[in-house]
This record gives sequence, C-alpha cells and structure tokens, in this order.
Amino acid sequence: MTSQNPSEGQHQTGTTRVKRGLADMLKGGVIMDVVNADQARIAEEAGAVAVMALERVPADIRKDGGVARMSDPDMIDEIIEAVSIPVMAKVRIGHFVEAQVIQSLGVDYIDESEVLTPADESHHIDKWRFDVPFVCGATNLGEALRRLGEGAAMIRSKGEAGTGNVVEATRHMREITGEIRRLSTMDEAELYSAAKEHRAPVDLVLEVAETGRLPVVLFTAGGIATPADAAMMMQLGADGVFVGSGIFKSGNPEQRARAIVEATTHFEDPQVIAKVSRGLGEAMVGISIDTLADEQKYASRGW
Amino acid sequence: MSQITTTSRWTPGERLAGRVPLPEPAAGAPIVGVLALQGDVLEHLRALRRCGAVATEVRTTDHLDAVEGLIVPGGESTTIGKLLERFEVMEPLRQRIAAGMPTFGTCAGMILLSDELEQERVQPLIGGLAVRTRRNAFGRQVASFDTGLEVAGIDGGPMDVSFIRAPRVEAVLEDEVEVLAEVDGYPVIVRQGHLLATAFHPEVTGDDRLHAAFVAQVRAARRA
Repeated sequence: MTSQNPSEGQHQTGTTRVKRGLADMLKGGVIMDVVNADQARIAEEAGAVAVMALERVPADIRKDGGVARMSDPDMIDEIIEAVSIPVMAKVRIGHFVEAQVIQSLGVDYIDESEVLTPADESHHIDKWRFDVPFVCGATNLGEALRRLGEGAAMIRSKGEAGTGNVVEATRHMREITGEIRRLSTMDEAELYSAAKEHRAPVDLVLEVAETGRLPVVLFTAGGIATPADAAMMMQLGADGVFVGSGIFKSGNPEQRARAIVEATTHFEDPQVIAKVSRGLGEAMVGISIDTLADEQKYASRGW
Repeated sequence: MSQITTTSRWTPGERLAGRVPLPEPAAGAPIVGVLALQGDVLEHLRALRRCGAVATEVRTTDHLDAVEGLIVPGGESTTIGKLLERFEVMEPLRQRIAAGMPTFGTCAGMILLSDELEQERVQPLIGGLAVRTRRNAFGRQVASFDTGLEVAGIDGGPMDVSFIRAPRVEAVLEDEVEVLAEVDGYPVIVRQGHLLATAFHPEVTGDDRLHAAFVAQVRAARRA
C-alpha cells in the first residue's frame, strides 16, 4: 500500500487498497450473522460493525442438512434497506455466478464460505475479477495465502461454524499466527521451501516473513458463543470477530450481542468481560467436535 | 496523568511485527491519542509515530486525560458512538473538545464530530463541528475509490487518499467553518478552529501530510 503519485480528480474504484481498506475499518468490531431484517436491526443496535446475510445460520444448516446456497435476493435487499452498516453475504465456494449476483445487489463484502455447500471441488472464485471485496476462511497460513493469491481482501480463521464450540477457532488462530512467527525466523532459502510446503505464492510468503503479519485484516469465526470466547480470540491475534449462530441461537440475543461487542473492544480487561458476562441467560447448547462425522466438518471444505 | 503506552497492543499482528521501524519520539513530543473503541486505530498510531508524536490508544477517561490531542479514526460511526456512551466516555470527550483540545476525525470520525446528520435515524454523535454530514454519500462499497486531492494549505501536489463508503458535508452551518477541499462540489475536508475532519482516509495511504499538520497544531496549542 504505497503512495501511487495520484493525479488530481482521477477516481479509481475497485482497487486493492479500497477493498482491503474497508476491512481495516471493521477492526476491533463484531460481524453478526442475520437471516432477516429484524435480526439485522438488532445487530446494528447492539453495535455490530457489519452484518452477514444468510438464509439459515450454520447451526440450522447442520440440523436441516441438504444443500446450502446463497440467500434470496429479496432477503438481501431487505437487510440492505434495514441497516446503515456494511452488509456482507455468503456465496458457495467456487460459485462465481452467485458472486456476480450478490455484487449486483450492492452488497459491501462477499464471503466465499465453507458453511455453504461447495459448488466446485478444486477451484475457488477468481476474486480479482470483481469490484466488490471478498473475505475467505482459512485453517492455516498456506490456505490464507492461497486465498490472497486469488484476490481475497480479508481473511477469517474458519473454526467450526454452528457448533458453539470455540476449540477449532483456537486451533486455526494458533496455526496461522504460529506459522507467521516461524516464517519470520527463516532465511531466504528456507522461505522458498516454506512456500512449497505451505503451497502458497512465494511473493506472499516473502512479504509475510518481512512484515511479520498478513497483508490483510485477520478476523476469527466459527464457534464463538460468549464474550470471553470473543476476547480470547482477540488476545490470540484476531483483528475482530464473526459471530454466527452464537447470538440468535441463545436465550437473549440483544443482550448477548451487546456483551460480545463490549468484550471485543475491551478484550484485555477482565473486569469489563466479567461485567458484560453477568446474567446473559442461556448460551447456545453447542456440539463437541469429536461427535461430528467427517463430512459434517465444514473447515475441511476449501482447497 | 495515567501510564502512557507508546506501542500499540491493538493487534498481535503488529506485536509480531515489532520490527517495522518507526522513529522514537523526541523528548517533549506532543502526546496524541487515537480513540480505540473500534476502527483503523493502528494506521493512525503509525502515521502519528512517523510524524514524531507520542501516539497512544484512548479507551477510557483516564486515557483521555493523558492526551493533548485526539484522532477519531475510521470505523463504523454507529458502533463507535454507542460504545462512547456505554463506556461513559462521551461526556468527558465533549468537555475536552469544548475546552479546546485539537481533534481530527477521519471518515467515521467526521460523522461523529458533526453537529447534524442528513438522515432520519438517530445515532449518538460527539458533535462540535458545525456541519451537516451525509453518511455513505458516494454509495456502497463498490463505489469506494482512490483519488488525488488538492487540499488548501497542503503543499507538494495532490494528496493520495481513499474514500471508503465515505461521507461528505452537505451543508456548512457556521461561517467559521473553512472548506479545504471538495469532491463533486461537496466539502470533504473542513476545519473549524481546533477541529479538523476529512471524509476520506489519509491514514491508509502513507501520505502523512495532514497528520504532520495536525501534530504541529497540537504542539502550537500547547504553547498557546
């Protein structure tokens, strides 16, 4: 993101800088899954920095089974109409036509998401071809860098969506930040080998080794259900948090949404986290990851 | 005065990146805070450091007491406004601004510093700047743009700036508000005494000329 000697009045849309820049503005914030305009209003009122429009929250996709696809455009229009904050929407991995449709609706960010049923088992969307920015999931550094190579402008660790169990989110955050730390200790010859091991573009591996961080914002997702979960992810190195089923599958969505927002801001202050954690009512029930069959593990989708 | 931290702990990405070289502030350098409830805090902290200030995050009234100037960063204005109220920083901040603390708002920061918004829905504002602002005035994210912008009082050619879901000033409400640049005939950078606000993000481009001017203003306010 260096200075480009701009000339007066030359407006350029769809640049890498404005795509990555919107994600920068979301830092320190919470992005909430919503399935209708009412939930979107509750999320905005609670202090969400953006909402993610989808047809069913991951917990319901797990329960109902079947193919999960992009949402009905009418529903997305209603959500865009209902709130003033950015609206994101999910498309299936590799489904570039769903992405074209979502871009045409004026959505602010597209999530090429493993939570929906993949539409292509070897290719992701060529995200450079779009003006709208994309966020993609990753379980490790190589996967994150492959997504950046395809044009993603923001990364989220995958976790295991719809479980209410934070263990996979923890694993993926530790994978990504740990691998970044290891790269930063390597010499050049080692970095070329590391690029092969991570199956990642060499230039991106060199850049991460040099700067010690991803060149884009890193959020976390998948299983965050409590204010303490959100604060732990922030302390582990996330720039912000996606919460899916954790809010609207809990006993008191308004209060829980607010509490997670406040804990994300004051993620290093246990007194604030304790205060907002009081009297929240039932958290979502949650699922132990060991009990999931392999085909129900969404994090393994993506290539 | 409470404890001043000079390095950001906002993202561990930055903690890992402790090697990014930034100048150490000189003795007596102005202490400039960045409101760190939500948004692109880190980019402002870095820009301030590059301009020779002691840069620090402001999340509480204790933090606020320790700074001589403040940046209200880009982010979501609804989120930042609500958090200012919930954590009871709003009133103390308004008092500091009324008492003359140099304050600089970018994008969401411009919205929050505005006295009025061009919208039906009500959201918490800090206020102080006599303008009426429209949020997302250039459209949704696909309309976000990079551009070169000539700014009155900033030498060295057009500034390199990004407008991201940016607001603009629809109406100036008092004569003392100066318009320093316009896009499509609408003000996008305004100054009113000790308050400065931009609709765009100078902090994401590495063009630090406005930050340098703001740090100089904080220094001058100290002498006054």
